[in-house]
Amino acid sequence: MAHNVNSLTARPIWLIYQFFKLDGLLFTALVLLSLSGLMVLYSASGGDIALVQRQALRLAVGFIGLLVMAQIPIDKLRAWSIVLYVVGLVLLFLVLVAGDSAKGAQRWLSFGVIRFQPSEVMKIWVPMMMAFYFSTRLIPPKLKDVVIGFVLLATPAVLILKQPDLGTAILVTSSGLFVIFLAGLRTRVIMSLIAIGIAAAPIIWFKLHDYQRTRILTLLNPESDPLNAGYHIIQSKIAIGSGGIYGKGWLNGTQSRLDFIPERSTDFIFSVFTEEFGFLGAVVLILAYLFIVMRGLVIAANAQSNYAKLLGGAISLSFFSYVFVNIGMVTGLLPVVGVPLPLISYGGTSMVTLLTMFGILMSIHSHKKLLGN
Amino acid sequence: MARRIAIGDQRLESEVFNRRAVAAVILVFIACSILLFQLYGLQVTQYAHYQTRSDDNHMQLQSVAPMRGLILDRDGVLLADNQPSYRLVVTPSRAGNIDALLGRLSEFIEFDDRELRRFNRVILGRQSFQQTPLKFNLSNQELALFAVKQHQFPGVEVLATSTRYYPQHEYFTHTLGYVGRMNRADQQRMDAKNYRATTHIGKLGLEKYYEDILHGEVGYQHDEINAQGRRQRVLRTEQAKSGVDLKLSLVTEVQKVATNALGSRRGAIVAIDPNNGDVLAFVSMPSFDPNLFVNGISQKAYSELRLNSDQPLFNRALIGQYPPGSTVKPVIALAALESNQINAENTIFAGPYFQIPKQSRRYRDWKKGGHGRVDLKLALAQSCDVYFYKLGFAMGIKPMHDMLTRFNLGDKLGLDTMGEARGLVPSAAWKKRIHDEAWYPGESVITSIGQGYLLATPLQLAQMTARLAMNGLGYKPRFVIAQRKTKEDGFVPLEPTVLPSIDLKQQEHWQQVLSGMRAVVNGRTGTARNISRGARYDIAGKSGTAQVIGIAQNAEYEEADIAQHLRDHALFIAYAPVDQPKIAVAVIVENGGSGSRVAAPIARKVMDAYLLKGMTDGP
Repeated sequence: MAHNVNSLTARPIWLIYQFFKLDGLLFTALVLLSLSGLMVLYSASGGDIALVQRQALRLAVGFIGLLVMAQIPIDKLRAWSIVLYVVGLVLLFLVLVAGDSAKGAQRWLSFGVIRFQPSEVMKIWVPMMMAFYFSTRLIPPKLKDVVIGFVLLATPAVLILKQPDLGTAILVTSSGLFVIFLAGLRTRVIMSLIAIGIAAAPIIWFKLHDYQRTRILTLLNPESDPLNAGYHIIQSKIAIGSGGIYGKGWLNGTQSRLDFIPERSTDFIFSVFTEEFGFLGAVVLILAYLFIVMRGLVIAANAQSNYAKLLGGAISLSFFSYVFVNIGMVTGLLPVVGVPLPLISYGGTSMVTLLTMFGILMSIHSHKKLLGN
Repeated sequence: MARRIAIGDQRLESEVFNRRAVAAVILVFIACSILLFQLYGLQVTQYAHYQTRSDDNHMQLQSVAPMRGLILDRDGVLLADNQPSYRLVVTPSRAGNIDALLGRLSEFIEFDDRELRRFNRVILGRQSFQQTPLKFNLSNQELALFAVKQHQFPGVEVLATSTRYYPQHEYFTHTLGYVGRMNRADQQRMDAKNYRATTHIGKLGLEKYYEDILHGEVGYQHDEINAQGRRQRVLRTEQAKSGVDLKLSLVTEVQKVATNALGSRRGAIVAIDPNNGDVLAFVSMPSFDPNLFVNGISQKAYSELRLNSDQPLFNRALIGQYPPGSTVKPVIALAALESNQINAENTIFAGPYFQIPKQSRRYRDWKKGGHGRVDLKLALAQSCDVYFYKLGFAMGIKPMHDMLTRFNLGDKLGLDTMGEARGLVPSAAWKKRIHDEAWYPGESVITSIGQGYLLATPLQLAQMTARLAMNGLGYKPRFVIAQRKTKEDGFVPLEPTVLPSIDLKQQEHWQQVLSGMRAVVNGRTGTARNISRGARYDIAGKSGTAQVIGIAQNAEYEEADIAQHLRDHALFIAYAPVDQPKIAVAVIVENGGSGSRVAAPIARKVMDAYLLKGMTDGP
């Protein structure tokens, strides 16, 4: 056993991973996926090399963020959880009173030259807070703890929903729910919550904005309005479907190249990918995501502290939920909510957030080893 | 707080987390399965459906009109050409509101009402994804302006095509006819598939007669279009097959000389090569420029043509039916010779007029004093009417009818064009059938000098002349002498069609009649001796002066007293060289007066143009 480890660690690349406190498997998967993403982006942007370079730069920044996060011991992070959570709530509140508008929603805060989207960092800070809270409780948690946990979760979620930004609100909420779930919330409580959720669906329906309702209706029957609301979904499905088993080939997707796919570099980039690489490509991509999720869960399971376990697990499942919501959205399973495809969609903010989250996983991974020894 | 953690059972807590993690993994797998199931449904199960929709999205099939076959003269001079032109086409399904579109386009492109009406009519009958021409022949300025503003007009494009052009303008109109825009009747009549991209069709003349081979076969272009409906590139092309090029028997130089010889007079000239039936010149005057009709003639211009009293639209050479007058005398003479009514050497006394025994009516000779004693040769040379009155009276209508018919008068010749007229060779049976009356001997008398019911087209007279020249051999007259499928193939000549020859009982009758025709030009007293002057070849001919109105019995025909349109038609037929005929000509000048004075010199010019063609020194 020890011999095996030595022979493995003797390789120079593994030494580098060890030096930077990285999990080799996870890191390699992330790098490969990101590079593949650049390739897809090149096609989706219609061969816009400048755009690909910009994205590569953001990737580099993101990976630096990952490396930095990996160096921070997980216990230090744990200590910051409450502060960051409170700061986050304040920022979310500021967004509502003094934020910049874009496309009918207030999501941005400006600090001089830096524009900043507080809801984005809450994707990390909320699960950190939740993990912190439940790591201080008994596992499995008592009902009272769960109620407090829900309040901690609902406060930022409602603030984000007010912007309005349904997509991020859902992702933030789900990241918190993952913590509660992993903390061992009793099955019957989960069942009752689901029942309450179904019962509350009509109320939520009336609380939704018109455009959000339209999206859901459109999802149910896109052909009812093929030129307006349904257009995105129809064109996306045509792109995916016409890819067939083997795809049309890289740079050969007619739906993407000829502008039929909307937002093809960002939210709908999966349609571009599947049109060009077919069902086989989609299977490979989903397996790659699955691998990353599994590796993340393994790292979480091997963590020493409950905080690390809960946060690591929530990060892994959140990552998966992004994938699921995005692919579900472009294949017509879920309403269009504006969630990018992790590591592939064009865009800096979500990329940096994601890689930061993986930096936390790396930290959980490496600092467990130290503790273990 | 830290104490609470310490209290917690590490092992139990770890177990709870692991159980939940496993549950999460299961949920993740289920979620992945849902995604893959959905993808499988889209990409495998419904692949064909989405593939079709993707193709429909980005591919557009356009029919491409074939290049129309060219028409050339015998020497390769272009008579009907295709010139590059640009037209504005609209794909209605991509163009949005058509009325608004037209409003914006008309800010810099001029449309006339007829074009707009036509466009609105056409788009109703077509599928909305098909390109429909909105305006033909864009000017350079319109092209430039549209190029700048094109992005504002999705679904509107400039299409490079070709337009029929007749470089010889009015010279060949009555042979070529013209193409015009297809109307609804044309669209219903023609093969919808092959004519899908075709906008013009032969309306008249050779353009119509040879429409099926001139048109060619439609091609297809698979265009790639983007979401905005703009063409990105051509994916695949199935080349259209160009129409067949036609080489005509006509000779442009001769045609022009003939046309100019008629000048501003109304009339027709047809020249035929007696050796094969090739039509060498085919003139009907006045004429008009066929290019006017190609892209729609204006109402005003059309009215002017239609209401013009000289009738430029009327194809005199093909459809004009005239009393042939004395030009048929050689054939009447053959009929008389063959029916043993006369002997060529015998002389007959020809006074100033002829009377049927016991009838008072006088059939006058054109020459007031009469000709005295004449034999056949002299009778032909001087065009002695009384000589022929006597023959006609003696033999009756039957032999004349039969011989005229053998010379292809009274029926269509089968020239390869549209709408040939039959002419008329009367017979007793015909008169009974049409007029329900008996045939009168007096009618035979006037038929002998080409008057009465007898009618012939200039084309028929030329054919008659050609057969006289060839001692009865005959060919079907024709315009097209060769066809070319592709430039590489070159022209493939067509064989002339031989007609049943006219076999006489006695071969020397040909010589007897033809020497009379030669004497018309070369005889000391020949009516057309004026045209022999300076001729470098031997000409045989026959003049004719056809009455348009009947002259009262005791009145004299005085040209000056008679309204122009009631004056006699001047006719002349001729062939040359006499010993080896190469050209036979028929000339008619409407209300021209004397055939020998007016028509004969025109025939001479035509023969000169053909026979002396390419010779450096003029006569």
